[in-house]
Order: sequence, then C-alpha cells, then structure tokens
Amino acid sequence: MSTGIERIAAAFTATNGRAALMPYLMGGFPDLERSLAVGEAYADGGADLVELGVPFSDPLADGPVIHAAGTQALAAGVTVPQVIELGRALSERLPVILMCYANLVFARGVERFADDLATANVSGLIIPDLPLEEAPGVLAACDAAGIALVPLVAPTTPEDRLARIGAQARGFVYTVSVTGTTGEREGVDAGDLLARVKGHFDVPVALGFGISTPAHVAAAAAAGADGVIVGTRLVRAAAEGEDMRGVVAELAAALDRPGA
Amino acid sequence: MTPVEHRFGPYGGQFVPETLMPALAELEAAWLDARADAGFQADLQRLLTEYAGRPTPLYHARRLSEAMGRPVYLKREDLLHTGAHKINNALGQALLAKRMGKTRIIAETGAGQHGVASATACALLGLECIVYMGTEDMRRQQPNVQRMGLLGATVAPVEAGARTLKEAVSAAIRDWVTNVGDTHYIIGSSVGPAPFPALVRDLQRVIGDEARAQVLEQAGRLPERVIACVGGGSNAIGIFVPFVDDPEVQLIGVEAAGEGLDTGRHGAPLTLGGRGGVLHGAYSAIMQDEDGQILEAHSISAGLDYPGTGPQHAHLRDTGRARYEAITDRQALDAFQTVARLEGIIPALESSHAVAWALAAGPSELDVICLSGRGGKDLAEALAALER
Repeated sequence: MSTGIERIAAAFTATNGRAALMPYLMGGFPDLERSLAVGEAYADGGADLVELGVPFSDPLADGPVIHAAGTQALAAGVTVPQVIELGRALSERLPVILMCYANLVFARGVERFADDLATANVSGLIIPDLPLEEAPGVLAACDAAGIALVPLVAPTTPEDRLARIGAQARGFVYTVSVTGTTGEREGVDAGDLLARVKGHFDVPVALGFGISTPAHVAAAAAAGADGVIVGTRLVRAAAEGEDMRGVVAELAAALDRPGA
Repeated sequence: MTPVEHRFGPYGGQFVPETLMPALAELEAAWLDARADAGFQADLQRLLTEYAGRPTPLYHARRLSEAMGRPVYLKREDLLHTGAHKINNALGQALLAKRMGKTRIIAETGAGQHGVASATACALLGLECIVYMGTEDMRRQQPNVQRMGLLGATVAPVEAGARTLKEAVSAAIRDWVTNVGDTHYIIGSSVGPAPFPALVRDLQRVIGDEARAQVLEQAGRLPERVIACVGGGSNAIGIFVPFVDDPEVQLIGVEAAGEGLDTGRHGAPLTLGGRGGVLHGAYSAIMQDEDGQILEAHSISAGLDYPGTGPQHAHLRDTGRARYEAITDRQALDAFQTVARLEGIIPALESSHAVAWALAAGPSELDVICLSGRGGKDLAEALAALER
C-alpha cells in the first residue's frame, strides 16, 4: 500500500503537466451526509485531489463564509473523528488532504492524530496556524505515519524563509495568493509569487485563497501553478444548494480537464 | 541583550498563519531595539508620568486592613488616565508602532478598557485606530463605545460566536493578516503569539517595579503575598515579575470562577489545570472540549471573560512559583461593595476578584493587592446583579 506522500505525488503526476484541481470542502457542512455528497460530486466533476476542512471554533485564517460554515457544522455537533471518517470515505475516490487547525491536532495527540489519518487513508495534512518554527513535532509524527505535512507560504514570506520551508515540504506547498484570509476576490495576480516560490521547492506548487471562477483557475494555471485550490466559492455553493458537480466541472474545464 | 522570550517552559510560541510570521519578527526586532534605546524609554517615561499619571500610589488601606486583620496595601492602577493599567501597554505599543512607521492601529476589547486606552494613545499620537468589539460587549459597555467614538476611533462590531472578547481577538488577528503592511495590532493582554506576551509584560512590569520599591519604603519589608486578578493576565504578570526572585513573596493569581467551577460557566483555565492548548497564537492553559474546540468563558467581569491566559502564567503555575485560585461572581460583587464602603474606592469587577480572594484568605503579615482598574464602567452591571 502506498503512503499518503506517494499518493499525492501520483495525483500530480497523473495530470501530465496540466494543473491539478483541488476543491475545498468543509467537513460536516451543511451536515455530514451532504458534505459526503459534496465530496463525491467533486470527484464526479473532475477534481484531482480534495481538501477536507475540519470545523474549528476559532479559525484565524478563514474569512466569513468558511468561518460561518464551520460554526454551523459545530453547532450541529460534528466532531473531529466524524470528519476523519468522512476523509476515509472520500479517499476511495480521491487523495484527501485534511485542513485542520493546530489545537485539534494537539488535543488528540500529535502521533495519534497522524496515525488516525493514516488508518483512514487520508494522504496529507495542512495546519494553517502551524508555521515552520512550530512544526518539527508534527512533521516527525506525519513522516512516521506516511502523511504529507503540507506547508503554507504567503506573499509576505521572504526568500530565506521560503528556502527553509522548502527544505521540509512534503506532498506540495500551499501558496497563499493574497495577504489576507480565505474568501472570494476580483482577480488572481500571482505570477511573480509563484515564480519566487517555485525557485525554492521540489514539490508541486499549489495556489489558493481568493480563487473562485473558471477564469481565476485558468489564470492560476497559466501563471505556473501546479495545483489550484478553490474554497470559499464552493462552500458558498454548498450553502446555496447549487449543483456541486456542475460547478466543479466548470472549474475543471478551465484546466482542460476531461469531465468525468 | 536580553532576548525576547518565545517560550515560557513549554508554553508560548507562534501559532499563527504564515502571513504574520514576518510581521512578528519585525515587531520583535523593533522591540529589542526600542527597549534598549534611551530616547524611546525617555519618551515613554515622559508620557507615563505627565500624561497617564505614574507612579500610582501604593495605598495602605487601613479599614480594609482592620477588617482582614493584617496590613493590606492597594496598588492604585485605578487612578491612571482612562481608569486602568491598560494605558501602560497601549501607550508603549502605540509609541512603538509609530517608531516602526505603522500608520494604522487595530485593537480588541472586551469591557472596553483596552479599547479606550488604545483609542486614547492613538488620539495622542495621531494614529488611525480601529477597535474590534463583540456586539454583546458593545451592548453591555455602551459608555465605552461612546468614549472610543469621541476619541476618534472606529469601533468594529463582531457578530461571531458569543459576541465577546474571544471573537474580538480573532477578528483583530484576521484584520492584521489582511493589512499587515501598514498596521500594528496592539493586543490588550499578555497573550497572543511571541513577542506579544513578553512585550506586554515588559510594558506592565512598571506596576511591580513601583510597588516593590514603595512597599520597601513604606512598610520597610517585602509583602508576604502579592495578589492580582488574571484574565489574560497582564496586570498580574506586571506586578508579579519584579517579585519573582524574592522567594519569600507568594504570588497569587485570581481567576474568575463565574457561576462556580463545577458549572462550566467560568474563566479559570489555570485553576482547573487540564491539558494545555493553542488559542490566539500561543500554547497555554485554555478552556477546551475533548476535540480541542475552544469553550466560551463566563464571568460577571468582561475583562476576565476569556477562555485562555498568558503563557508565562501557565509556566509560573507549573513551576510552583505562583498559584492560581478562582473567585465567583458573587464573591467578587461582595468585595466590590466592601471596598467601596470601607475605603471609598469603587474597584473594577476584575480587581474585585483579587480583593475577594484576600478577604477569604488565611493570615499573612502583609498583602499587596493590585487594584488594576476603577469600577465606574461596571456600575450598571454590578447594581443589576446585586438586585438579583
């Protein structure tokens, strides 16, 4: 059986040079059953990987839409083990990367958390409030379990720091396209940032935050992103009961991804 | 040069989005530089003396002493401009922000004391000021909302969660993530990612430096106990730190037991112990559920209504150098009245927790209590609660 790191690498390789599409899903929103359906619609619509968010009481990196979705999921009683189980179900279709705030990982215990992800066939872990300096313990546990601890970089990250983050990146690097929190924005202008990041990373470079339309997705790919992450737009679509497969298929089409 | 601590034992750290990491490094470097700069220190000293009203008196409270059967001294931070110790930190950080070339200040506030202090410092130094405040706190503390407006600050309402301090801090951090280039975040307590806990402590230790010299001068000895209330813990860390190397001085932090520690409706993570966790950028004692979701705190005093606490306090607790106990809403209200009637001083409900602990405590040769703020802001809330 392959490790999470290997499975993520294979997903990027399988695109044959096309940028990979990685839609975001808030676990347990609007409820557990429907969030599973949303994830399956992503797979049906042409996603290459899926980013599965774990609802948290105090999400510092998220804008109002994802924050509200997480709050609603928590109010409905969604738990961390339930979201990991959701990851297990989705992993039958796509590589799953869990997006989870640090305290939920520490509360469960770092080794146990990494082992639980491996057992559930989750491939990677993104912790938006765990910068390089705080990461060593989690990285060791993830490495031992074969889980890719995916780092984030931002427009404010200086060169020397990019190099240090690059030296311990696993799976891919999550490049935050804007100085800010998650949320829909007017346009995507990340060419310079992507070029700067790519100089320091051997793993694929994915771009996220503020990417919402097929045009944004195409622009991100044209600017050199190896992967494109769409979050808030899809959480809003799920809240409004849109045809999730259709929405994702439009995003996939912008990458010339043959629809499934 | 003494470094700025990132960790206090296992506690502290920088659990924030990557976007903020360069800003934290910039702030740390600026503070190391300013802290050692005689010109900056002279500017700050002048503001603290001529503008804020330092040094504050250490007052030998004779009628309280009689009631408690031992000498009791009150460190009168309530006499400062804007009514609480918060101004020590707000003036220092606003001056630092100006030195760093930042033009925009954000702050969070619960009761409104730190918001008013920040708005005041920004008015004085000509800085734009936005204060995040939960809408529930805005309702409870309407006069402070009006004060901030009068001082030229913008109060940004926060609708998330219980609409109180925890959510206001989160909203301020999100603003900082978005506007980090021209903005400085004046955090109001000794919490948050490094370098904030050390920075705020450095700016608040003036309380303890003064109190230690004053008690030696007035009583000819060190206190047996130093007592202060702890929400985030800035007045407490400020008065504790200068006494840490005096082993004969006991340090007592008083948290909010709210409606009772066994009800879950309190703000006492240090007292209860339990697993540490990450809140607002630091690993410390926090209130959380089994999954690690942060719980809502409760206290009659908005300043203690917070589910986290400063990382240095967690370390002082673990090492046994300080101990932490909790006082209920009811005990705090009783102390609020007692101090008013015996001494003609209306203390803040926060500070009333420290007094309440002393009222209930065993004998001592001399107690120093930090009276961190005045109670004018609490009249409506306290009188309503007393009628219930």
